[in-house]
Amino acid sequence: MLAPGFADPVHDAQATFRAVMDALARPGLPRPLTPDLTPPAPLTPELAAVALTLTDADTPVWLDAGLAASPAVATYLRFHTGAPLTEDPAEAAFALISDPARCPPLGAFAAGTPAYPDTSTTLVFALETITAGEELSLTGPGIRGTTRVALSPLPEDFVAQRAENRAGFPLGVDLILTAPGRVAGLPRSTVVTEA
Amino acid sequence: MSATHTFPSPRARGEGRGDLVVDAASPQGEGEGARPNETPPSPPPYPRLPPRFADDEVGETLSPQAGRGDAERTFAQQSGYNFAYLDEGTKRMIRRAILKGIAVPGYQVPFASREMPMPYGWGTGGVQVTAAILGRSDVLKVIDQGADDTTNAVSIRRFFARTSGVATTTRTAEATVIQTRHRIPETPLTEGQTLVYQVPIPEPLRYLEPRETETRQLHALAEYGAMHVKLYEDISRHGHIATTYAYPVEVAGRYVMDPSPTPKFDNPKMDDCPALQLFGAGRERRIYAVPPYTRVRSLDFEDHPFRVQEFTHPCALCGAEGVYLDEVLLDDAGRRMFVCSDTDHCEGRRADGHVGTGDAI
Repeated sequence: MLAPGFADPVHDAQATFRAVMDALARPGLPRPLTPDLTPPAPLTPELAAVALTLTDADTPVWLDAGLAASPAVATYLRFHTGAPLTEDPAEAAFALISDPARCPPLGAFAAGTPAYPDTSTTLVFALETITAGEELSLTGPGIRGTTRVALSPLPEDFVAQRAENRAGFPLGVDLILTAPGRVAGLPRSTVVTEA
Repeated sequence: MSATHTFPSPRARGEGRGDLVVDAASPQGEGEGARPNETPPSPPPYPRLPPRFADDEVGETLSPQAGRGDAERTFAQQSGYNFAYLDEGTKRMIRRAILKGIAVPGYQVPFASREMPMPYGWGTGGVQVTAAILGRSDVLKVIDQGADDTTNAVSIRRFFARTSGVATTTRTAEATVIQTRHRIPETPLTEGQTLVYQVPIPEPLRYLEPRETETRQLHALAEYGAMHVKLYEDISRHGHIATTYAYPVEVAGRYVMDPSPTPKFDNPKMDDCPALQLFGAGRERRIYAVPPYTRVRSLDFEDHPFRVQEFTHPCALCGAEGVYLDEVLLDDAGRRMFVCSDTDHCEGRRADGHVGTGDAI
């Protein structure tokens, strides 16, 4: 059986969008996100909620190895969003990452073009935890002073990758970070350093 | 389509000081915001103290707080429109553009603007952005040149009350989403709020370079010399920077952005603002954004620093100083009066007992 999508498509999508919008507008500040979804593993309810809210036939979606290995995930996303799945990360409008520690380098995804930096990939991470920790230090638009946040799990050279991503501003990828019950944003404008 | 200069809000219609105050107390005065077929409510002793969640038909059928959730359900049953008018596919497209706009502050994201049931120039861009972000628990305020009671504000507020059933308000502090045409409220905005601007021409370089292909390259290269030349020509001609509205700003040290035709008086409020600011241009099909706590710098020169307008008189109705004032003509002899452009701010002050001189100048 196919797992159901949003019970109330209009308002569940709106609530998810507002959480994501607020999260990107205030980088590193987690917002509650508690979708009532039961997607096939390893797709998490939060990943599924973001996909159902933002993707459709206009947005090629790239799945990481864990998600791509599950035909049920592809069926679920295809049915509920109609989004084409792509195998080329540089072609994707959205990339769903169930295992962020093994995420391909950020440079593998579309960074946009100088005239149209909006044609970049938005990565959605399914993290285990997002906590107000001391691990990463964030500054930039949307942040009053500095925000500190701890994310787990991350690729080993994540800070270096982010620095490279930031150096190309206004080009670069944006990250939507999800964890059970919460969502945070890490847009390309944010400077990430080790705290 | 600047209607408000020729149609001041109802508060200015009185003959003398006493009348003015009483008129202002009535939520529906005699201005163009009033509905002629309805008896205006009798003026309360103090202007607008109790919270008013709606001045529109939908709002009147509701008890303000309790009716909120039901309003939308009743609406959905009675009409064929989706919540907040737009279909879900359109909302998704606009939402994606908003997220990109937030990620690249000040950059104009192209979007597939839809035809709306109002003409271009009446806020179709702002309306689409509002429709895409609005949820059931939002409280919406709409202002037109600072006023809640002019044509554009009343019709857009009523549009969303009808198509979404959300609560509406005129009070800045109560609103979660404020759609604005060309003013930023005097009451400081807070973290939970989103300000949605209606933008006629989003490209700050458009009058200097008419080709979109070229302006896009200029933004890509961060080549804003032409804008500085324009401001310099102002100085050489007039002795000072004569641009008073749509004054260009640099956002987060990168993109130069048109803050929409707000008076430059409001530019400092955009800097380090706790609220999220979203901009929608319907005809020109662009969305852009300024996240909270973002540096917004008005372009200037070291020897000609940016300055805002100063008014020689306080508001004639509430006595406020340091606020943006509208000039209101009173008679054929050219007598005029300067009153707050922000009607909610003015009413709030008068409710608190502040009184202006009521004098014409």
